[in-house]
Amino acid sequence: MILQEERAGPPRPEEDVAIRLDRIGLRYEEKIVLSDCSVDCKRGHVTGIIGLSGAGKSTILRVINGLRHPDAGAVYINGDDITGWDEHELIEMRKKMGFAFQYSALFDSMTIAENVAYPLWEHTTMTRAQIDKRVSDTLEALGLSEVEGSLPGELSGGMQKRAGFARAIVNDPEIILFDEPTSGLDPIMTHIIVTTIKDIQSRLKATSVVVSHDLRSIYALSDTVAMLFEGTIIESGTVAEIRRSPNPIVQQFLQGSELGPIPL
Amino acid sequence: MIQRAAPNPFSRFFGYAGGVTIMLGDAFRYMFTLQVRLTDVLRQAYFLGVESWPIIVLTSLFTGAVISLETAKAAVQNGFTEYVGSSVAYGTFRELGPLLTGIVFAGRAGAAIAASLGAMKVTEQIEAFQSMGVSPVKVLVTPRVLACIVTVPMLTVFADIIGISAGYYMAHWVAGIPQYTYFHSVQQGTEPSDFYNGLIKAAVFGMVVSIIACYEGFRTEGGADGVGRSTTNAVVTAVILIFAFNFVLSYVLFR
Repeated sequence: MILQEERAGPPRPEEDVAIRLDRIGLRYEEKIVLSDCSVDCKRGHVTGIIGLSGAGKSTILRVINGLRHPDAGAVYINGDDITGWDEHELIEMRKKMGFAFQYSALFDSMTIAENVAYPLWEHTTMTRAQIDKRVSDTLEALGLSEVEGSLPGELSGGMQKRAGFARAIVNDPEIILFDEPTSGLDPIMTHIIVTTIKDIQSRLKATSVVVSHDLRSIYALSDTVAMLFEGTIIESGTVAEIRRSPNPIVQQFLQGSELGPIPL
Repeated sequence: MIQRAAPNPFSRFFGYAGGVTIMLGDAFRYMFTLQVRLTDVLRQAYFLGVESWPIIVLTSLFTGAVISLETAKAAVQNGFTEYVGSSVAYGTFRELGPLLTGIVFAGRAGAAIAASLGAMKVTEQIEAFQSMGVSPVKVLVTPRVLACIVTVPMLTVFADIIGISAGYYMAHWVAGIPQYTYFHSVQQGTEPSDFYNGLIKAAVFGMVVSIIACYEGFRTEGGADGVGRSTTNAVVTAVILIFAFNFVLSYVLFR
């Protein structure tokens, strides 16, 4: 992972970078959400992005997925700058990505099995039997076999999260984006979710980006960690490097202290 | 922090009109390229159309009755009872049938569409479609627009029949106008084009209600408050546009 002072340009093949945000700037009406934000995500690795609530972490995932268009900078996905792409090109790119939303975003009117099957119905030529088999296998791997006929509203928060993961990974994506995967869960369910993500990662070998302010989960999951503060990545490195960082903002955040340079 | 000037009313109007037009264009593109599931259309037609039917029946029943009541009274006083049927039918086919159906449909179905899509927006379900490479306009907007374009004319046929029938019962009860006189008057006083053009109006109203409701649903921001705002905006905007389109269509179709 690197921090850039100038535009880095597309990643070179030897860098093995699947996702590069290159000095991204994004504002929403009058508020600057991201500013000069640069981060690289290595292929097959898990990149954790930490930061305060409202720092722009979820926006980074949406920029990577093409759901938000940056006002400045470049977004390289597998070497291609997607910032100028039209919706049709983005749709093609998104077929290779999985997005697990913070609140699961399961379709209310569909059962869990239908939710998970949806990307396969839309994007593959698989037969109904093949889709049923794939869905059943995916749900079984995530411990959701019992609830495949249930509606999302009938499930607990942790189960909804896992169902969201199942839908995100069912078509074996190259890139998986996890938005606050453990927020609002008790410690036991948090542990189950972390284990689930590790299982998914070891099975699919995908490039994953996990956004969270739950440090224990980030430490457990990430190969590299980047800290976002006021729309900019201010520090990045391995978990050990981040924990040893001399940056007072990073240290205040990691220690959860109210004393320090972070304005409260 | 970068300060941006608040958009003026003209920018807002053209931004809104442009957004609605683009969404409608996309929906028609998916319709004409047959990228719409028939089951989704039927489900929406049932939910939006069939469930609006009782309200539309009641509205047209009382409206047809009151027009007939007023006309029949005047007809008895002035001796032109043979024109009661034609005046009720003429007004119902051309104006009241499609207009009242459109307005009631905006209140019932427009609100339902905006609320349901608004709730999907605030719970990130619309983004979920996008994130998996599925156009939300294709799967959420196109079936609703198509269902409304088809069901509002069908509801208008019911409204016409109920309105004219209620008119007959009222005319018969108040003024003693015989069945033959009333329905002969209906036949003599109206053209088939009055009926068909009324249905064209109804189809346009269905399109207006559905696309405005979908657009407002997609624009929803915030939580429950946002959904409430979108629902209100959808109904108010659709009703105003129905009146505006009614004027334009009456001018074009019945000149």
